[in-house]
Amino acid sequence: MNKFIYTAALALAAAIASTGCVHRPYDVKAIPPGQNAQVGDQNPVTYQAPPVQNPPPVPYEPGPVVEPQPISPPAWTQDPKALAANTLHFSYDSAVIRDSDRAHLKAVARALKSDKSANLMIEGNCDERGTEEYNRALGERRAEAAREALVAMGIDGDRIHTVSYGKDKPADTGHSSAAHSRNRRDDFVLLHPNTGA
Amino acid sequence: MKNTIRNFLISNPEGMNGNSPAFQRRVSTQNRMSPEGTADGRCGALQKWRPSFFGALTAVAFFALTASAQNVIPVNPTINPGFMPPIPISIEGFSGEALSVLEFDLYVQGFSIVPAGQSQYHISGSDDGNVVGRLSGSGPRDFSRSYTGANIRREAHAFADDVVQAVTNKKGIGQTKIAFKSEQSDGNGEIYVADFDGHDAQAVTADSAIVASPAWVPGRFALYYTSYKLGNPDIFYSDLSTGRRRVFAAYGGLNTSAAVSPNGDKVAMVLSRSGDPNIWVCNADGSGLRQLTHTHADDSCPCWSPDGQWICYATKIHSRRRLAKISVDGGEPVPLRTNGAPDPTEPDWSPDGKWIAFCSQSGDFFNICVMPTDESTDPIVLVSGEHPSWSPNSRTLVYNDLVHYRPILSVLDVFTKQHKYAHNVTGEDSEASWEK
Repeated sequence: MNKFIYTAALALAAAIASTGCVHRPYDVKAIPPGQNAQVGDQNPVTYQAPPVQNPPPVPYEPGPVVEPQPISPPAWTQDPKALAANTLHFSYDSAVIRDSDRAHLKAVARALKSDKSANLMIEGNCDERGTEEYNRALGERRAEAAREALVAMGIDGDRIHTVSYGKDKPADTGHSSAAHSRNRRDDFVLLHPNTGA
Repeated sequence: MKNTIRNFLISNPEGMNGNSPAFQRRVSTQNRMSPEGTADGRCGALQKWRPSFFGALTAVAFFALTASAQNVIPVNPTINPGFMPPIPISIEGFSGEALSVLEFDLYVQGFSIVPAGQSQYHISGSDDGNVVGRLSGSGPRDFSRSYTGANIRREAHAFADDVVQAVTNKKGIGQTKIAFKSEQSDGNGEIYVADFDGHDAQAVTADSAIVASPAWVPGRFALYYTSYKLGNPDIFYSDLSTGRRRVFAAYGGLNTSAAVSPNGDKVAMVLSRSGDPNIWVCNADGSGLRQLTHTHADDSCPCWSPDGQWICYATKIHSRRRLAKISVDGGEPVPLRTNGAPDPTEPDWSPDGKWIAFCSQSGDFFNICVMPTDESTDPIVLVSGEHPSWSPNSRTLVYNDLVHYRPILSVLDVFTKQHKYAHNVTGEDSEASWEK
């Protein structure tokens, strides 16, 4: 029994030591201030690779990618009205051009054939039912589908540019299925060369 | 009885995994907390077990020793996402901002805030001028510490991190950052960086354009993101400490969804320069651009395996939306099995390599799911939401939920499914990327 008491007393001492009944002095931890993020500069765009200067001390410094092709330079004036009546519409989650929209495509092709100086921007859009980046890809594929169809009608592919807005530029901000079907679309914007610049 | 004591005296607390029947009994006893308070409650329960004078003494010893053994209960690595019970903790002595930081940080890391009598762990302290904090209930990992410098918020985050480290043996997320897009009603927006809870948000663009898909560069205060500033979706690289930025990819068509490899040497992205949107990869300096996928699907949302060998992305196979992975060196894509989670997109591979979080769409509803990367079980649906991004410690996700058609950021503890809305900027906040 004595042995038991002895063991228990030892255990009690261990208990006090490990549960911190005896207040230890505080550790002190200094917290650094938050890192201040700078706004990205406003004229970051140089399409020419800058000359290599002092190599950065760290191996990681992404440079501009070679051969970028700016597609919407100020060399063009956008005319969204000319072909506004020819917007294409799509089924849910589809980039297949409807047969009923073929007449719209033909009208767009005629406009490009009659004005040889004009270029075309095809803007692909989606409804809100889809995640953002998925819709950005789907919108691009809708625009690409129209581009391929126009090329098949004899339009030079170099005159046709595509941009996807995903679900960021709805034609109808409602949430009904009617709004959704209005938003699943390709808008055509005629580009006229800027003569002034 | 003595044998049991000796067993514990010679055992390494870390090694206690509940194999001994005596240990299991004691755990179950402790789980039936008596109402008198934490330590008293445990002693009371144990007194019932051996109601003698000596029993009371030994019970104190048991408490001391089992307190450390409790550490292993909540951090079993084989847990099921979404089904772990939270760790009860009580908070005393804090108010205002310090209290709200502690409550938020601990809740979204799997703790439940309970009254002192029902808690397994107890934190106490003060926030008068600076944060002073003390943890009890974790045995040898108990500490008391004073935090100085910065401000009360950051001090409280640091204390929360120390509590998480002591209790779960994982690095906390309290001092990490996220980047996200915040959109106005006209569809234009800016990229922001903020603390992981959404506080102290700073705009890092002034583009007044559609922006999208920010991605942290691992280990650096730098982002890639998509901006339509030039009229087209282009990928920019921005050094956040200097504000210097560069156009990284501005090919014809779509340039978006940059994802940096874990060691920072490569960038995967979605380009449509060859027609349809596909996954491309290049070196961090922009050289060595290669097309990895060649589908006529809507390939999107690449992410990296932590070993840098695989890129997981969303695609379509036989007209069905699927997740697939492809070797960074090319080759055939490998579809992932996502049974029960229709229309998966937006995969994100956890830094510990065990999980892929993604968004599944059922009709008009989006759900956050996780699946084991070895596909040993079907995906688990956690909460409603889109665009999950893992925390550096592979336990928490930041994602956006839709509230009245407006995306707002939320933080989710994957294992307990506890989640709370982050502090949001005034616009529609989405597409968060967690700093790694």
